[in-house]
Amino acid sequence: MSLCVEQIRHVCTLGAFESVLAIKRAVPIVHAGPGCVAKLWTTLGSQNGHQGSGYVGGHAIPCTNASEKEVVFGGTDKLRKVITNTFDVIDGDLFVVLTGCTSDIIGDDVGEITRKFQAQGKPIVYVETGGFKGSNLIGHELVLGAIIDQHLQPQEVEPGLVNIWSSVPYQNTFWSGDIEQLNILISSLGLKPNVVFGPDSSVDAINDIPKAQYNLVISPWVGLRTAEQLKNKFGTPFLHYPALPIGPTETSKFLRTVGEFAGIDPAVVENVIRKHEDRYFYYLERAADTLLETRLLPRRFITVADSLYALGIARFLTNDMGLIPEKQFITDDTPNDYQSGVAAEFEQFTSGIVAETVFSNDGGYVEEEIRKLKIRSRPLILGSSWERVVARDLNAYQLSVSAPIGNELVLSKSYVGYNGALQLVEDIYSVVLNDFM
Amino acid sequence: MAIHLNLSQATIREKRLKSIVGYQGTIKDLAEQSQSGCLKNATRGFSQATNCNSGCAQGYLSTITDAAIVNHGPIGCAGDVAGANAGFQWGQSIRDWNQRNVRIINTNMSEKAVVFGGDQILKEGILKAYERFKPKAIFVTTSCASGIIGDDIESTIKKAEAEIGIPVVPVFCEGFRSQIWASGFDAAFHALLTRIVKPAEKKRPELVNVINFAGSGRAVITEIFGRLGLVPQFGIPYSNIEEISRWSEAAATISICGTLGSYMGNGLEQNFGVPYVTALQPHGISGFDDWLTKLGETVGKEKEVEEYLAEQKVLAAPELEEIKFKLKGKKVVVGMGPSFAHNYIRFLEDLGMEVVWGFSWHYDAKHDHGGCPSCTVELTKTDKDIPVSVSDQQNHEVINLLSKVKPDIFIGRHPGMSVWATKMGIPAIMVSDEYSAFGYQGTIEFGHRIIDALTNNSLAVNLSKRINLPYTEWWLEQDPFSFQEQKNKKRESENKKNVAVR
Ligand code: SF4
Repeated sequence: MSLCVEQIRHVCTLGAFESVLAIKRAVPIVHAGPGCVAKLWTTLGSQNGHQGSGYVGGHAIPCTNASEKEVVFGGTDKLRKVITNTFDVIDGDLFVVLTGCTSDIIGDDVGEITRKFQAQGKPIVYVETGGFKGSNLIGHELVLGAIIDQHLQPQEVEPGLVNIWSSVPYQNTFWSGDIEQLNILISSLGLKPNVVFGPDSSVDAINDIPKAQYNLVISPWVGLRTAEQLKNKFGTPFLHYPALPIGPTETSKFLRTVGEFAGIDPAVVENVIRKHEDRYFYYLERAADTLLETRLLPRRFITVADSLYALGIARFLTNDMGLIPEKQFITDDTPNDYQSGVAAEFEQFTSGIVAETVFSNDGGYVEEEIRKLKIRSRPLILGSSWERVVARDLNAYQLSVSAPIGNELVLSKSYVGYNGALQLVEDIYSVVLNDFM
Repeated sequence: MAIHLNLSQATIREKRLKSIVGYQGTIKDLAEQSQSGCLKNATRGFSQATNCNSGCAQGYLSTITDAAIVNHGPIGCAGDVAGANAGFQWGQSIRDWNQRNVRIINTNMSEKAVVFGGDQILKEGILKAYERFKPKAIFVTTSCASGIIGDDIESTIKKAEAEIGIPVVPVFCEGFRSQIWASGFDAAFHALLTRIVKPAEKKRPELVNVINFAGSGRAVITEIFGRLGLVPQFGIPYSNIEEISRWSEAAATISICGTLGSYMGNGLEQNFGVPYVTALQPHGISGFDDWLTKLGETVGKEKEVEEYLAEQKVLAAPELEEIKFKLKGKKVVVGMGPSFAHNYIRFLEDLGMEVVWGFSWHYDAKHDHGGCPSCTVELTKTDKDIPVSVSDQQNHEVINLLSKVKPDIFIGRHPGMSVWATKMGIPAIMVSDEYSAFGYQGTIEFGHRIIDALTNNSLAVNLSKRINLPYTEWWLEQDPFSFQEQKNKKRESENKKNVAVR
């Protein structure tokens, strides 16, 4: 199979500057060519739920815009200048220097420059994220790794405090809503989420990462490296829960697993679950009339998404909604070491149902494979806005759930948890109803 | 400046057109320095993310209906493709076409390719693009990484071309090679002029090439040109390879944007004998009059143009008066690419507004026909000398300046900029469609758009009350251009005058 990619769904390592933007008052300083930021933010921001510049994103990001001169003579002088002036010009609490291809190939010693600023007591770290190193999901872990290594100090553990490593900011289109929902779920168990990304985040929370009693990795593979690093450096134990909890089956299981891990009284956990489920089923009961109107129902679904969303959504639609998974396309460039583990998760559905997984970040290949499938009803394709074309051609229903999403404005929406599942049902059946009304 | 089709790459704008991204002064000074040849670029001690020429090159070429692109670089360099595709969906939708996705393959260059060379993956990418899309031509866009590691793009391309038998054309657009993203348009046009456009077998005296972007103004132009006995041929977007190969048959080429059209228009003129109309842009009345008149002169339709314009003037007069009355004296800051900026400055002044500052995202000291851009020269003909600056969307300069001059409205172009004015409580208009303010009716439409923006500014006001800008108080107290080297700056006192008087 060729390694080239069409219809891209993630970007390069440097795309992780978006993870920095997800931390309130944290500021990326990009040492790269002039087009990197604009390009990466197109896939991760403006064409992904129309997530805009926010506090210091887009054209506000300090950047060296490396030119021929820096490529030939080295870019460290320019970087030093830009960093120095950034401290005067930009109002921020943490600064993260990220490099792109130009700097990493010519070998600028960015570490040396940054360490001088660190020695002056400036809150700054650096990370080498030259685009050829891999995806922005890898970059996301590298950014967190740099913060852990260069910035965090050991602290006394605060009982009940939990760091959550799950949706990847900006890459997972609904990340900020996801984080809010996960926080609600975790809080309902009496634990206290340390909010690193999103609307309630702060650099204080970053500094508090070592205070946490636990790390929770809620993702098939992204974040594991972070949790392991934190375990090594601060001894924080972590729980790896591979599936994003969507819908009652998975979310209740998730809450029980976390409850058990954190030693919470099962009666408390069950009480929480019952309340959530009661509300969920109140609404689902009302929807059931339409859901059972077989004339409209998609029976089978294809997912084209990051492993995080693909698994979470597949679990819900199969285990709770009675749909049947067709091929599941995992597009996040899952590292080889993790692929079999991720694939195994797609074998754990109700009624012994097993979904075939295909790992490929080449959207062109995915499209060819989708066109080959023989499906005996109008299928539902849960993918990105790239899939709108193939969905039209195949007369399929299409809902955008993964990057890039150009055809929806996404704000606080999330498909996580009990409430998120209701949202997903609303969205899917609105697609179905809008199709003919 | 001559356009050399024997070279494999277009010469970048800095070298060809003496283009700059750093300047601060006034429009008359800018024109004077350009004409005397002493305009210099100012570098900055602090800079923010801008754009690169690769985005322009592959975005523009990706709209050719039967071509494919192979982007040779790590996956991030195709990060703009989602944006190109969004534009492509729009363009197909306004044409009522069956929509498909753009055809761009990225070679997904890894660390291994960076170390051992990427020629093999490039070849694979080209073959894959051929197999998948069966295109009539493949354009290979380069990247920072492919440029630095020194892949032998040309020889790989030749080999692939021999195998598949369609033109495979290099488009050199490494991000670092030019500070001016519009160099990417030239790179794209260079590829077309060298490998796609063929010498004309027959001339078509009624045909006029119209260089544009998405082309929403097709119907209007077709109607106007029809009255003049002319037929427009729009492109490059949404044309096919065969149509582009015959652009040499036209009687003239005209462009909606001077920055965009300079290379292609002059390349066609110098190498294929198709005259290029170098006029003002057709935005606002005086611009449109000039655009159409110059076209008429080029193709021998002076009388028809004169009649048409006289008729339009009468029709539009009452509404234009009303708009001018409402907009009189409103202070406006403009921020756009150079041609759009300098044309919109004139147009907005014509409407009776007061342009208090003009940003252009770069500036070409000359165009390919040799002279200083006509839209810039035109602005020197009035008594008023408008303060202007040149920056590649340097946000800190824009925000700082806006906070000092506090205009009634900001009118911008290019994504990711106008929003900052909104965040400051300033009403903003983003001109994304190149046919906004086109001709008489477009001018009236746009006038109403400004009036509407001034009528209800609640979004901006509410936003500005609740959000913080990412700049320190210290910065907002500084001169907006203090990070530009002194080379180009006016003396401190004059500078203060321009900024602080408002
Ligand atoms: S791949 Fe390299 S040059 Fe391209 S956007 Fe990423 S860091 Fe920039």
